[in-house]
Amino acid sequence: MNFSRVIYNKFLSSWMRISITVIILIPFAIGIALLLKSLPIIRSDSIFNLVGSGKWAPSEGKFGFRPYILSSVYVTLFSFLFAAPVSFLSAIYLTQFARGRLIKLVYPVIDILAGIPSVIYGVWGVLVIVPFISGFVAPVFNTSSSGFTILAGGIVLAVMCIPYMLNMLLEVLKTVPTGLKEATLSLGATNWETTKHVVLRNCFSGVVSSFGLGITKAFGETLAVMMVVGNTVHISFNPLQSGYPLPALIANNYGEMLSIPLYDSALMFAALLLMTIILVINLFFRFLMYRAVNQ
Amino acid sequence: MYQEVCDNIENLVVEPKVKREEPTTVLKISNLNVNLPNHPILKNINLEVQENKITVLLGPSGCGKTTLLKSINRLTSLTPELKVTGKILIEGEDVLNGRTNIPELRQKMGLLSQRPFPLPFSIYKNIAYGLKLKGVRDKNLIEYNVEKRLREVGLWNEVKDRLNTPASSLSIGQQQRLCLARGLAVKPKIILADEPTSALDPTSSKTIECLLKELKKHYTIILVTHVLRQAVRLADHVVFMYYGEIIEQGEPQELFKHPKTEKLRNYLIDGN
Amino acid sequence: MRKRKNIEEKFFKSLSGLTTYSLIGILLFIIAVVFYKGFNALSFEMIFKPPEGGYYYGGEGGVLNAIAGSVYIAFGATLIAVFIGIPAALFINIYLNRMKKVQNLFRYLLDALWGIPSIVYGAFGFTLMLFMGLNASLLAGIITVSILITPIVVRTFDDVLCNIPKGLIEASFALGSTKTETAFKILIKQGFSGFITALLLSFGRGIGDAASVLFTAGYTDLIPRNLDEPAATLPLAIFFQLSSPIPVVRERAYAAATVLTIIILSISLVARYISGRNTFSNIK
Repeated sequence: MNFSRVIYNKFLSSWMRISITVIILIPFAIGIALLLKSLPIIRSDSIFNLVGSGKWAPSEGKFGFRPYILSSVYVTLFSFLFAAPVSFLSAIYLTQFARGRLIKLVYPVIDILAGIPSVIYGVWGVLVIVPFISGFVAPVFNTSSSGFTILAGGIVLAVMCIPYMLNMLLEVLKTVPTGLKEATLSLGATNWETTKHVVLRNCFSGVVSSFGLGITKAFGETLAVMMVVGNTVHISFNPLQSGYPLPALIANNYGEMLSIPLYDSALMFAALLLMTIILVINLFFRFLMYRAVNQ
Repeated sequence: MYQEVCDNIENLVVEPKVKREEPTTVLKISNLNVNLPNHPILKNINLEVQENKITVLLGPSGCGKTTLLKSINRLTSLTPELKVTGKILIEGEDVLNGRTNIPELRQKMGLLSQRPFPLPFSIYKNIAYGLKLKGVRDKNLIEYNVEKRLREVGLWNEVKDRLNTPASSLSIGQQQRLCLARGLAVKPKIILADEPTSALDPTSSKTIECLLKELKKHYTIILVTHVLRQAVRLADHVVFMYYGEIIEQGEPQELFKHPKTEKLRNYLIDGN
Repeated sequence: MRKRKNIEEKFFKSLSGLTTYSLIGILLFIIAVVFYKGFNALSFEMIFKPPEGGYYYGGEGGVLNAIAGSVYIAFGATLIAVFIGIPAALFINIYLNRMKKVQNLFRYLLDALWGIPSIVYGAFGFTLMLFMGLNASLLAGIITVSILITPIVVRTFDDVLCNIPKGLIEASFALGSTKTETAFKILIKQGFSGFITALLLSFGRGIGDAASVLFTAGYTDLIPRNLDEPAATLPLAIFFQLSSPIPVVRERAYAAATVLTIIILSISLVARYISGRNTFSNIK
């Protein structure tokens, strides 16, 4: 090899190596940075107290994350209740019943829905869902509500999660071999029987992991939820009350956090908590998913 | 081993049928056309299939044999881009008519595909499944049928002690026979076999071939193959296809000894 | 019995069909709502002028500051992400070719990275910014967003690369090319559609993401002239101005939402057209 070719190879291969190293280090860098930043608060109080206590009074140095975590869980649960059945049924329709033309139409729709920024969903929520809840849903239950509620957060999140879940479900359902479907159909099963008895059985774990990954997506979403959920703490299980999820807590309090001791550390701890929860769930279901798709 | 299987069947097959003098037409295909957008797959197919015979669809890969087979039980509907026109009559009922109940119609035909696709159930449930779809609830009847079908394909002695193990634990040759038994359980008129031996080793292939020969006493069989020797061994009627068209058809002796067209002659030369 | 079976089939077919069609309906509904509000607010002035008269009091002007800031940030971040992401994807597909397990582990990590919410990236970006002694600025925004979108670049490009037949790579080796040459001459060419798709997707994600720039890019009515000046972004312009009590300011939020939606829609459609595939998946 001549000299310039050697240089060319050396240069590009080290560029590749450096790039991949940088990328692989990112998750660790994030974890370590957040951990270092949240050390002061972890030292001041036990993690168990921080997560389990319900008292949030930064000026007194009390940081209890329980209401925020519960709020997050509650909003996520609601979005899951809406999103899971819808994406599940659509995935079945698209893989079992639909005609070619509809399928060609739906894929771009999913892509576009998945690409729309969360703030646009937030605008839609503020303009449509919030008035809908205060104007129609609350009167039905004989209460009054501003509309900025857990329910609104759940609905907006659900719409955001549907394309994400649906995309994965379609990928999972595609792994069912055509021959297996043909075998079942030729025994005289209807499309639905084929789905119920064979298709779902064949990719059960893939379906479950799609749902699981959808949950992590909903759990970490910030802006869209923040715009419609009200951002005040109520510990009640009434979905027509407002809520205050963990990501919204971080986003809302960044500006003022430097004036109160331990406040910034508390928020960094919240970010660390959020990341840990999501990574654990995410890695678990992704592992299931790999196994389901590459079996 | 296949000899043993054949003997088994000789002894065990029940309900012998009275041979008819006149051959009856079970399946009649007229003017069948199958098209992908801008690309014809089958062109003007006309075919009659006689009862209790093995009709072999022969031809090079990609000539539309499998598509023809799948049009017969409307599995073409899994590929929504395909456009199927023409008439396929089974016992006077038009398969392609939109008002036909497809699941019921499909139960008149058993499918044996290129490689075995056991359902993700136990061996027992694989066979019972078709019956349950038909609405059979009587446990004794189902049990009787499972045993009978497994005996029919010579699998009973091999699996009778492990009926509740997953069907995927069987060897691939056994799986293919299980799939055949599964198809027989719904009492089809016709068995559609799509290169059923292409994924199997020579011994298992022979077993399947042997079974098909026996089964034609009670069923009508349409067999797709590109293996010339298999066609010679099994066929009562040969249909030679080439690029979506039927080129020649007739009795195997006649057809293979005196091919009328250049295409078949070349195919026979290449095949030997 | 036969009847029940058919009813069940019909029931589920119509139920799932209804669901699918309403999904399409929802997409149209969202876009219609945003456009309906936005087109009334859109004007020449709105797109081509920064706001005047202070952002809490309303007054004249438009959202040019946010459009400019968003484009700067997304552009800069995409540049960095491509600079790091593309060689990384090539590395995974050429050096780790024989190590299926390691390859899958890398993909697994990257996918998990993709799943981390952007608010966490925002918090990390803020920490990094303080550590480097920066203020909330264009530069800090670009760095944070680039960390957010690099995994997307890698995985999208990688998705196309891993479908390139092994034979092609072997053929290239057989002709005497080194791994590096194969990566940069053959793989990039063969996976070029993936390269463009990765570029577009990450740009779209960068321009639309709000939580990551919330603390790092700052907010201003001016168009940034330098990397160390704060920059407004479209998502934040929408977020801040939507809750304003003054109608004129709210109009600006609607206009910004429409501009952002149009940008994202065009990116989606172009990316689809180029990739020609059915869907972008992030599993496998």
